[in-house]
Amino acid sequence: MRLLLSVCAVLGLAFSAGARAPEQVADAVILSDGLPRLLSDYHFFRDASGWQPNERVTPYRLNMPLFSDYAEKYRFLYVPEGEQAKAGGDGLLDLPVGSALIKSFGYEMDGKVRLLETRVLLHRADGWLALPYVWNEAQTEAVLKVAGARIPVTFTDPSGKQRSIDYGVPNKNQCKECHALSGEVTPIGPKARNLTRDGQLAEFARLGLIDREPAVDYRVPLWGEASAPLNDRARGYLDVNCAHCHNINGSASNSGLFLTYEESMPVRIGVNKRPVAAGRGSGTHAFDIAPGDPDGSIMIYRLNSLEPGISMPEVGRTVVHAEGVALLREWIAEMVKKN
Amino acid sequence: MIRTLLVATALCLSAPALAKTVTVDPGSDAQERLQEALILAEPGDVVQLGAGRFDLVDGLSLDVDHVTIRGAGMDQTVLNFAGQLGAGEGLLVTSDHVVLRDFAIEDSKGDGIKSKGADDIVYYKIRVEWTRGPHAENGAYAIYPVESKNVLVDSCTAIGSSDAGIYVGQSENIIVRNNVAKFNVAGIEIENSIGADVYNNIAVNNTGGILVFDLPNIPKQGGRNVRVFDNIVVDNNTPNFAPEGNIVAQVPTGMGVMVMSHYDVEVFGNRLAENGTGNILIVSYTQEQNDPNYNPKPIGVRIFENDHGRAGYKPAFPGGDQLKAAFGGAIPPIIEDGTGEKILIGDDVPVLSMGLTKPGQPLTEARPALVAGASEPFDGRQLKPVTLPQAMEDAVR
Repeated sequence: MRLLLSVCAVLGLAFSAGARAPEQVADAVILSDGLPRLLSDYHFFRDASGWQPNERVTPYRLNMPLFSDYAEKYRFLYVPEGEQAKAGGDGLLDLPVGSALIKSFGYEMDGKVRLLETRVLLHRADGWLALPYVWNEAQTEAVLKVAGARIPVTFTDPSGKQRSIDYGVPNKNQCKECHALSGEVTPIGPKARNLTRDGQLAEFARLGLIDREPAVDYRVPLWGEASAPLNDRARGYLDVNCAHCHNINGSASNSGLFLTYEESMPVRIGVNKRPVAAGRGSGTHAFDIAPGDPDGSIMIYRLNSLEPGISMPEVGRTVVHAEGVALLREWIAEMVKKN
Repeated sequence: MIRTLLVATALCLSAPALAKTVTVDPGSDAQERLQEALILAEPGDVVQLGAGRFDLVDGLSLDVDHVTIRGAGMDQTVLNFAGQLGAGEGLLVTSDHVVLRDFAIEDSKGDGIKSKGADDIVYYKIRVEWTRGPHAENGAYAIYPVESKNVLVDSCTAIGSSDAGIYVGQSENIIVRNNVAKFNVAGIEIENSIGADVYNNIAVNNTGGILVFDLPNIPKQGGRNVRVFDNIVVDNNTPNFAPEGNIVAQVPTGMGVMVMSHYDVEVFGNRLAENGTGNILIVSYTQEQNDPNYNPKPIGVRIFENDHGRAGYKPAFPGGDQLKAAFGGAIPPIIEDGTGEKILIGDDVPVLSMGLTKPGQPLTEARPALVAGASEPFDGRQLKPVTLPQAMEDAVR
């Protein structure tokens, strides 16, 4: 019986794929219950090299991006025809079943960007699914790597320093580690408060991707927006880089350290908070944040480390984000010291 | 007969029809082959690990319900993480009804095996070890179930953790039995949990043998109903090597069983000896905290029928040496700080109270004195035994 059903599903998939113009995004592939082997199976891009988004695949940028080893990142949102995301408040856009988020990662090498991987987040009938696809050397095809990969790359960071790293493509479970809320996969990036730049929300509404332009009360500053209040910049950085795990329903819920933009209790964001299970991650310090003392704060110690078991975030970082650390150091230094 | 039928039906419903065994052997690309097997496993599957040493370069993880990972034995199948480049632990389990058995994790960079939000988890004949022995840069926890309901840790070995060898945190309904914990800072620790039976374990050569703690500013609080019984807790005198900042860094070297700020703990029938500071310590949480929902005191601790050997001959806390001299070479084997409520002690040994009156009070204000225990032996068993779902018990038969 089960076998029959899956045969039907495969046939149905074949029919629908055949019936549609090949250049359209393959809704049936997004919605299938399999693990598509090739990125090109989805038709998210018109070209084989993953640069030209297909119809209804809309590029977007975040105010504050997650730090990913200085990789260049390209984000796209797909909402199927006849569907619309619901927008409301500052939080996540409520994307309908059939939607997809697509994010390519690469580095500039020899004057042009070479893609390493493209991660897709698919909204299927039974929930979201996160899958990583790794690009081939010729940049003509990206193949599913459920177990992730390490790719040696050399690039130049914003300070002009050349770096060689083993770039980490997360495995399917690691995708979920960050994207889990109460154990279910969920998008992280497309929160209204982090999408306010360049009139994007108005544009999304105009294109009909969202039902209305949400009124955002408390936006996240742009990365590098020096005129924004220091507290907003620091809290925005923590929200984007840490809060997907460090929230009460996230992978780091047991830590009691909650770094969401909405959190208002000082001890929960780490102020004079003792570690729970940090082990050597404590760096011999007593508090996550020791006000006025960045060097005595576990948060800074862990962001400055590259050692597994110490470094934070646990996934997706093999170099120190010097600029991010500098921002948080400044923020902690300006906090009123406890007497 | 009807009963058999019912059981058979239940099995059919819970076990998927096409359960299979996937074998992964050591060798090149072990990381990718093993991780892929764990990702592609389906409910009911067994991932069988061959004998030998797997050299892993990243953390591993399992997120599929009803999967068994089984090796050829805790000394035969070794997952070695000395070359680990990322992740906070060797193996992370985030799914329910998982059985881990008969393999070892060595030298992971962070924790050994962490299972988070993983209900009905079984650890059986697992060894987690940092092979260089006690070291501040070893991972924190060897076996680390957290935020889980129904936890069984049975016949495992934990060696060298810089925090706790077997640490069960923020969980409910727990059995930790038949294990060996040695050369860890804390051998076995139950923290911020509800309902745990810790028995038939051997905790030896740790800084502290068995700890029962409840800490503030943690999502799950109100730790209660823990029974520590029939364990051998001997010679826990390894100097504390926990990194500063962690609560266990404050555990005095030479500790047998330590209860801190907890509700309803029973400690009975244990063999306790050669613990330089003391066999049993009952204290409040001492550090400054402003958590309005937190109880810093030990309330309802019952100590009885324990067999005490030598203890208190090397008390590792401020003023310990003076006390030792005052008591003629060894302080009493049972120590309480004086702040607890409903502390009942029936063991036939002297009990030292530090005479503190409120949690957080410095030891300099202590007024140490011998206190009277129970006038005669008593049976303090009030808590019900923990029972686990039958499938978990069946998994270790």
